[in-house]
Amino acid sequence: MIHLQDIRKVFNAGKPNEFVAIKGVNLTIDSHGATALKGPSGSGKTTLLSMLGCMARPTSGRITLKDREITSLPERFLTEIRRETFGFMFQQFNLIKGITALENVMIPAYPKGEKHVSLKKRAMDLLGLLNLADKALSKVEWLSGGEAQRVAIARALINNPPIIIADEPTAHLDTRLSMELIQIMRRFKKDGKTLLIASHDPIVYESDVIDRIVDMRDGKVVSSGDVP
Amino acid sequence: MGYINKQRNILDFTLSSLGRRKGKNLALVAVYTFVIFLLASVLFFTHSIKKEASLILQDAPEMTVQRLVAGRQDLIPKRYIDSIRKIRGVQSVAPRLWGYYYDALSGTNFTLMANKDLKDRVGEIIIGSGVSWRSGTGKGKKATRKNDIIPFKTYDGSVLTLKVKGILSFSSELVTADLILVSETDFRKIFAIPHDHATDLMLQVRNPKELATIAAKITQRHPDTRPILREEILRTYNAVFDWRGGMIIVVLSGAVFAFIILAWDKATGLSGEEKREIGILKAIGWETSDILLMKFWEGAAVSLSAFFMGTFLAYLHIFLSSSILFEPVLKGWSVIYPHFRLTPYIDAYQIATLFFLTVIPYTVATIVPSWRSATVDPDSVMRM
Repeated sequence: MIHLQDIRKVFNAGKPNEFVAIKGVNLTIDSHGATALKGPSGSGKTTLLSMLGCMARPTSGRITLKDREITSLPERFLTEIRRETFGFMFQQFNLIKGITALENVMIPAYPKGEKHVSLKKRAMDLLGLLNLADKALSKVEWLSGGEAQRVAIARALINNPPIIIADEPTAHLDTRLSMELIQIMRRFKKDGKTLLIASHDPIVYESDVIDRIVDMRDGKVVSSGDVP
Repeated sequence: MGYINKQRNILDFTLSSLGRRKGKNLALVAVYTFVIFLLASVLFFTHSIKKEASLILQDAPEMTVQRLVAGRQDLIPKRYIDSIRKIRGVQSVAPRLWGYYYDALSGTNFTLMANKDLKDRVGEIIIGSGVSWRSGTGKGKKATRKNDIIPFKTYDGSVLTLKVKGILSFSSELVTADLILVSETDFRKIFAIPHDHATDLMLQVRNPKELATIAAKITQRHPDTRPILREEILRTYNAVFDWRGGMIIVVLSGAVFAFIILAWDKATGLSGEEKREIGILKAIGWETSDILLMKFWEGAAVSLSAFFMGTFLAYLHIFLSSSILFEPVLKGWSVIYPHFRLTPYIDAYQIATLFFLTVIPYTVATIVPSWRSATVDPDSVMRM
């Protein structure tokens, strides 16, 4: 489904602080499975994830999504692909403070021009699915870490994307909440979604949800294989 | 439909975004409203007072002829009338008697004018609304009513009492506020003006294009006269009120510039929090144009609210509260108008100018920095 061919990513190219984050990665990610990008800090997981999610372009190499080459697409098309194809869960949740959980969930769908009433209903349904219906009208800064995480998950799902991208999703959760998250991911997988998770937390990459582990170090894929 | 829903959704989000920084945004709207209020007040006032002046002059004679002695206006002999009437193009010439009367009781100047309708009603007067308010005697200054007696001090110190027989009401208070209409006989008694003299002469002409020629002929026949055209008076009024309005704008310019700096700073500088939000919105699928649309609505919401509130308050200030703030500067020399109310005249062109000079620049200033931020790669949000 997603194919990466000789991907390189250089930051501050040509400057004294030039830094090569990804050094020639080749990778194929299939649909309907859960892939974990595993590795220590600075191994290039987040950078690779942002390129897979059309948030950044590689310095060289090609990325194809469903046989469509996306590396050279203009920004406007990349945004559309990002909106329609991917749901993002960020390490810091990245919710917008000062507005309600419900509004946060609805935001990604605003530019699509959906009717406010039906959009609101969908967002409420998602919050209900994640046991957050009673917190819908609470401002996000009043929520606990676990609740904020689930709001971020609902937001990732609002446009019903086929692929969910999660960057260190358990970084700010305790073990109980991390296990809850694994349960939610299991449900996603059952619903036929593709999961791409960057994590160095064993609770994530050792869980039975994960089908394939891509081990990274120093911007390279060290090993890649299906979980037995 | 999708387009409208999109606009609605983004506007919804913008308004709740504005609500998040309530204190900051309310303070900005308050200052913005105040500046619009001041500017709109000056515009409303100068336009209306000019309009009032033109209304007054609408019924004025096309030409007034005064006599000058040593460069100052003097009484004009009635015998000039016949020779002026003979000039080709002159339709009618009528003498006019008017002057200023200082009422020591109320400390006010009135305009006294002899009126044809009161010719046979010696001892009676008709007064303007301002007069009816000010010349009341007794405790405080109660309004003068019909059949009240007003005492006038004549040129030799004796007192002449005249009875109020009516109170004038016209569309413009400026016309009537300080006016007292008296009979010719009483006027001459008060000021000791000889019967063969008048204050000035009023002329009507058949063809307004001939005004200049007729004026030239009058000065040729009577070198001691000065013909004044209605258009000239109107021009003078306009110049005076424009100058006063301009003066106020100069005084206000300090406040306006302070606001511009404040607004520029607020509108152009995005806080770290705002930049972060733009990053999040881009990452979750908003296009650069969606973010600019949001910022456009934000700028428009702030500046439009301020514009409408400021204009509305200015309207109340000028037309319903007698221009409390500007009264001493703009109204000028007279103390007669305690409750002077301008008739509302609003010039759409001026409102449009105010709109384009305030709302548009602010809205643009809000969009520009967001455009710079919105073109940043969305992956920056992954590293927050």
